[in-house]
Amino acid sequence: MAEMDTSSGGGHKKGPGVKKGKKLSTRVDLTPMVDLGFLLITFFIFTTTMSQATAFKLNLPKDADKPEDQNKAKESGVITILLGKDNHVFYYEGQLDNNNASAKFKSSNFGNSDEGIRSVIIRKKANTPPDDFVVVIKPDSECKYKNVVDILDEMSINVVKKYALVDISEVESQLVHVTEGQAK
Amino acid sequence: MSRPKLPRKSTSIDMTAMCDVAFLLLSFFILTTKFKPSEAITVTTPSSVASKVAPDKDIVLITIDRNGKVFLGLDDETIKGAMVEIINKQKGLTLDAAAFKKAEFFGSSFSNLPQFLALPKESLKGDALPGIPVDSTKGPNEMIEWMGIIHSAYEASPTKKINILLKGDNDAKYPSFDAVVKALKKNDFLKFQMVTNPESIPVGTDLYRQPKEEVKK
Repeated sequence: MAEMDTSSGGGHKKGPGVKKGKKLSTRVDLTPMVDLGFLLITFFIFTTTMSQATAFKLNLPKDADKPEDQNKAKESGVITILLGKDNHVFYYEGQLDNNNASAKFKSSNFGNSDEGIRSVIIRKKANTPPDDFVVVIKPDSECKYKNVVDILDEMSINVVKKYALVDISEVESQLVHVTEGQAK
Repeated sequence: MSRPKLPRKSTSIDMTAMCDVAFLLLSFFILTTKFKPSEAITVTTPSSVASKVAPDKDIVLITIDRNGKVFLGLDDETIKGAMVEIINKQKGLTLDAAAFKKAEFFGSSFSNLPQFLALPKESLKGDALPGIPVDSTKGPNEMIEWMGIIHSAYEASPTKKINILLKGDNDAKYPSFDAVVKALKKNDFLKFQMVTNPESIPVGTDLYRQPKEEVKK
């Protein structure tokens, strides 16, 4: 592959005696270098497009009509998800009152297991008429932004049409803290 | 036969030009990629299955760093020009319009804004800056006022589109996010987008178009 075209160019031709000796060209074969260059280019192109951030759309309800929307939801179709610190997730179905708090209040996680929040949502969705199904998300003040995005993402993964981001109540917040304390 | 002396042409092509092009492109791509994360505030965004690419024009970028500090950035200079007038009028400040327009983001209370704008670019690092006060337990949530100012600035030029982007760090605590959302709601910005990293859709979920199927282990 090396360049051997030495007849033209350089003005100093050797005499007839040394004709057979091949003159080494100073030219370098650049093909591998070009290969390398384009390889790196493709790498950079791919990494730039890959790291392009996506945007997750969130439409907020107007503050005024939120309570009415809340009341409209049937108790049987509501599942409330509470987010605590250290990626803890808790949930309960329907309404929570003093008598059944401990029985209804269940803990979950972001994992893929059967107890994971995704399976919980899927099960609830399967057992509820689509019009009644509402997910209420209540993040505790200790929970992280990542968890909030994760749970909102879970809504789009499971195609939950109705969900609401609601402030946590004092009772629920305490319940979360107590349960977190037990878990440790 | 007639031209036996014709020198045999080499099949190898001179690669120098191609090599030049390749490395020119390479350096171009290296430089453009390096320029992108030139943000003063380091934020690791969470990932989501959303596949829509975040807009990069006409944006109002609200950044929440890992300590829950809130920063506000805009890219439109005319809007910033309108904002600085409103701030000066409302707050009785005499902010330098040119400095305000040049600032990529804002991260201090209104009262400290003159000092903030005077800071040299090197010291504009997220960790050292105070951020916009949002904690309503410690004082007024100034984000509400900021969004109000942006709202009126955009009203002045109604042809402009507005893309509100929220870029939060994984480790930011919820109250900061909540305060920002409240500020947006108060000013009737009911649509916003959260900047995330792309993630693949988990197999077997509804979004994967397999309705009512149990999740596999």
